Order: sequence, then structure tokens, then C-alpha cells
Amino acid sequence: MTETEAGVRGAPAKRDRRPFRPFARDGAGRGGGEFRHLGLVAALALLAVVGVVTEPDNFLTSGNLVGILALAATIGVITVGQTFVIIGGGIDLSVGSVMALASVWATTVATQSYGPAVMALCAVLVGTGAGVVSGLLISYGRMVPFIATLAMLVSARGLAQRMSDRKTQLIRPENDAIESLSTTKVLGLPLVVYIFAAVAVAGWVLLNRTTFGRRTFAVGGNPEAARLAGIDVRRHTLLLYALSGFCCGVAAIIIMARTTTGSSTHGDLYELDAIAAVIIGGTLLTGGRGTVAGSILGVLVFTVITNLFILNGLQTSDQLIAKGVIIGIAVLLQRRGLRSPT
Amino acid sequence: MRDQSTRPTRRGVLFGGAAVAAGALATACTSNKEKDDPAPAAQTGALGGDNDKPGKQVTIGFSAPAADHGWTAAIAKNAEAQAKKYKDVTFKPVQPTNDINQQISAVESLISEKVNVLVMLPNDGEQLNQVARKAMDAGIPVINLDRVFPDKLSYRTWIGGDNYGMGVSAGHYIGKKLKAKGVSNPVIVEIQGIATLPLTQDRSKGFADALKSYGYSVTAKQDAKFTVETGNQVASNLLQAHKKIDALWNHDDDQGIGVLAAIKQSGRKEFFMVGGAGSANAMREIKSGGGVLEATVTYPPTMAASAVRLGRLLAQGKGMADLVELEPPQSLTLASETVTRDNVDRYLPLGFES
Repeated sequence: MTETEAGVRGAPAKRDRRPFRPFARDGAGRGGGEFRHLGLVAALALLAVVGVVTEPDNFLTSGNLVGILALAATIGVITVGQTFVIIGGGIDLSVGSVMALASVWATTVATQSYGPAVMALCAVLVGTGAGVVSGLLISYGRMVPFIATLAMLVSARGLAQRMSDRKTQLIRPENDAIESLSTTKVLGLPLVVYIFAAVAVAGWVLLNRTTFGRRTFAVGGNPEAARLAGIDVRRHTLLLYALSGFCCGVAAIIIMARTTTGSSTHGDLYELDAIAAVIIGGTLLTGGRGTVAGSILGVLVFTVITNLFILNGLQTSDQLIAKGVIIGIAVLLQRRGLRSPT
Repeated sequence: MRDQSTRPTRRGVLFGGAAVAAGALATACTSNKEKDDPAPAAQTGALGGDNDKPGKQVTIGFSAPAADHGWTAAIAKNAEAQAKKYKDVTFKPVQPTNDINQQISAVESLISEKVNVLVMLPNDGEQLNQVARKAMDAGIPVINLDRVFPDKLSYRTWIGGDNYGMGVSAGHYIGKKLKAKGVSNPVIVEIQGIATLPLTQDRSKGFADALKSYGYSVTAKQDAKFTVETGNQVASNLLQAHKKIDALWNHDDDQGIGVLAAIKQSGRKEFFMVGGAGSANAMREIKSGGGVLEATVTYPPTMAASAVRLGRLLAQGKGMADLVELEPPQSLTLASETVTRDNVDRYLPLGFES
């Protein structure tokens, strides 16, 4: 398989220690990393042009652009975690339901009685905890990531339904500090957008500027080689899933802020959106290569599409078709990029 | 090379300990019991007529889908609460389920127990038709709740809501109000539930038809998925698409929580909104006033309580008190009533918790 070979080629830790080049190359290895990012930027630009042409009065307003960022925040934060897991050679299918569980857990009557800070802490703890469980199953229980996180997907959703009795749990008025995360604006942007930005930047630094990041590439590219190089692969895998769970917890805070509720219906099919964004962002599904910037661009492409379709009054089914086509094209381009010699 | 897996490292132990501690801390937060206020009462209405005097002892079997939405939860709760109010009724609910096969076998068990009446909200009218027919053939009258069986031999009485009528009620409220304001060419936005469902299409058709009688039409409609999150997402985008809106109808009060949050976050106030279904939450919002939500049109889960009453009457051979006929009617379509600030106090006890 070309992908695996390329993954191994791009993987060894040394190759990723390169000077800072914004946007394009970091961690993407060889084989058209720059090209792929340019492609995404071009796709975004194209979508923007479509927006300006079809909805000249509405698309390019600050309100709309801020709205897009706020909508992208939830899935964006989750996608950052997912990027790490996929680069590390795994996959996390449980992200949506873990977010739902965290939002429900954080809005129970008992949790709400402790105030907004504890609610936020609870969401993050529950998310991380679920990630740790998946991670343990995969690293020490030697389960296939697909199966382990599938089990987590089903059981976390079930637990969320049970805990909430399938009801929508409203955030009480005394805890509206949570809601103010999306109503308070600093420099025109709601706080949730800053959270999104902070997670994205932290993710970028972690992946490209720390040992943890280099190990992630190594583990994903070739776990055996990584082990021989002295990396504790299992512990690292565990940490990757914990990180993904942590991101789900942060996303739960954002979704609570946006909807003023915790509910077991939150985050439906997020796993697919997150994986799709990561993949069109140029990360290899087989691991070893990928970028945070690409994933963020991927999320933005999808959010802008949804926005464009609603601005133009088109129905959901058309959106789904468009998203599918984009995923297809992106992956085809990726394969071309892999084959072309550098 | 040292095998790292067999010996836990000190850091590993610390890390594991921290995880367990965090888990314990979080576990303390799962309780969902209100300390002060009692569990919200089910919505059944008062007793007191001649028909409510104790009569022949009857057993009513009850089967409904699992409660995955505030509305379905209220259906089960209302049926049970209504039955408990009668001394002469033994209530036999079966495990609620979303699985067609399980519902069929549950209903079969009720048939073999020879209940006197069967009240049934099928997961799917078409697929449960056979088993309902079996009950009827065995001499057990079936009260068909809301989702109708295609075969009239499969039920004695149908009672349910009116999706088309819901759209009509919402359309009339919005049409009347805008006409009174003298608005021409208003921007009317509609947020649907799941667009592929026939019930959603009926609602939208009723809405469009009612608006047409005022010379208005829907400017934009978009489907959400009956969840808070999708309601929030769709509303945020729609608010961007239309800088000035005159009226908004949202099909479902559950997803309406997300819609209202999106409106609040956008700071928009220039329009008014009508909800759908009639949740207690929406009614409280209407009552407190000051927000955009002015009204909601009902699709009342109290129909389950009414169905139990009908079942009891049937089994005891009584008719409905206000009708001349000696037996309950074959079909009852409930009106979709409009709840506004003026009458909300009367409706609030009937609102369901989402």
C-alpha cells in the first residue's frame, strides 16, 4: 500500500524537526503537503466567492463570519483531539457521544448546585475520563481502536440517556456564566471562539514543538520503530485518547454555552464530521502524518458549506451531497499527492 | 531491552490514581433529583362527571415507544397517571421499546393476558397493524393513539393530534398578527423538524395554506432534527441569512430551546416567534414575556390520558357524556390549540417537561 509506505517514510521523528513554516509543511512530510493545504485554502476562497456572489448582502458581514466561527467552535475543538489520535495511528469514534455525556453530567441537578466552575470542570473530567478508558482498552487491552471507541460511542450515549432520563437539561439561571461564554463578546468575538482558538494554537504547539508531538508522529508512522527507539508506545497511545476525551469535554462546555442545555442528543454523528475534517485536512488515516492547521481548515470548509446552503435556502439533503463530493475529491487529491515524486 | 509493560511505573501509578480520583469526584455529580420541588405532575385533567363514578373493573393494556423525546415521555406518564386516578382500572403497561419486534411480542403478551382494552401508540402504524388486528379479532378493543393503523379493522377508536392543523394554527396566529400590523411582504421563516417525515410535511403544508389566506408566503424554511443542538445551528445560520425577520415558526419546542438560545446570542428582537407541541418550558417563556416567543401551538401528549379514559368507557359500555351516542366515537382528531400570554395559565398545567 502506498499509504503505509509513505506513512513510514514521513514518520521518523527527525524529519519533523523543521523550522517554523506557517500553515503548510509541519509534520505533513513530503509528497505535496503544501499543495494539499493550498488546495484547502483555495477551496475556502472558492466557497467565499460563491458566498459573495450568491448572497452579497449577507455572506461577507462580520456577523455572519463571527457566526461561522462560533458554529465551528464545538466540532473544531473535537477535531483537534481527533487529529492527534489519527496521526498517532488510531481513530476515535466516540467523540460525539462523549461530548453528549459530558454535557449531561455537567448539567445534572447535583452538578449544577456547585456552580458554573464545577460544571465546566466536571465536563472536562468526564471527557478525559472517557478518553482514558478508551485509551486503556486500546493500549493495554490491545483492542482495535475502531472497536474500542465504537463500544465507548454506544455506551457513553446510553449512559447519557440514562442519566438525563432522555430529557433536555436546562442550565439554571444562577449558572448562566456558562451561557455568557457565547453571549459575551471581546473585540467582536464571543468567548467560545477564543476557546476554539486557544485549543487550536495549543494543539499546534503540542504537535509541532514538543516531544509529545514528535512521539505522536513516530508512534503513528511505525509503532515498532517507535518502540525500538525507546518510546513507550502504549502509554503514549493512552495519552492520545485522553487528549481526545479532554477536547470532547471542552467541546461540551461550548455546546452548553451555545444551546443553554445538556442533552444526550448533542453531538450526533460528530465522529464522522470530525474524521472527515481531519481527512480532508490532509492527515493520513493510517497515521504518521498530518497537521492541525489542515484539520481546522477542513472544519471551516464544512461549516462554511452549511452556512452557504442555509443562506441560499437550500435543504439539508443537498448539503450532504456537497459534503460527500468534497470528501471524495479531497481524498483523491491526497492520493495523487502521495504518488507524485518529490 | 526491558519490558515496560509488566511493571507499572511510579508515574503510571500516580496518573492512574489521579484518574480514579477524578472519576470519583465526577461520580458525585450524577444525581438528578430535585431537593425541593416534587416531581412534576403528569397532565391528566380533573375528574368529576357521571362517567367517572366507579363502574365495572377493567384492565387496560398499554404499549408505547421508548421515551426518547419529552413528548413520548409525557405520553407514557400521562396514561399511567390517568389510569391511577380510577379505582376501577387496572393498568398494565409493557416495557416501552423502539424495536418493532419487541413491541409486537409485548402486545401479543397483553392479548394472551386477555386485557379488556388495549391502548397502543405504535412505533409504526403499518408494521404494528397485524398485531393490533389480532387483538381486535380476539375481541379486545384497540384504542389507536396518534400513529394510525392503515386497516380500520385493526382499531376500535383512533385518537391523535393534527399535524396539518398545527401548521394552520401557527399560520393563523402569524397571519392575523402581521395583517393587524399592516405589514406587506413580510419575511416569514420556518424551522422544521426532520424534513423527510410525513408529519413535518403536513405541518409545513398547513402553515403555508393558512398563510396563503392572508396573502403571505414562507420566505425561507430549513430543517433541524428535533434536537436542541440542530435547532441552535439552523437558527444561527437563518438569522444571518435574513437581516430582518417579521415572524418565525419553529415546529418543535424541544429544538426550540436551541432556537431561542441562538436568537438570544444574536441579540435580535425585531420579530416574534411561535413554537410547536406545547412544552411547559415554552409556556413558561411565553408567560414571563419580554422574549420573542409569543405563542405555541399544541400537539398535546394529554391524548394518552384521554385514550385511557376512552378505553375505560368502551370496556364499561358507556358513551361520552357530551355526545348523544351510547358509545365513544370511532375517531377523534384533537385540535391544535394556540397558547398565548392571555391563556397560558390555563394551559400551563397541561404542558409537558421536555
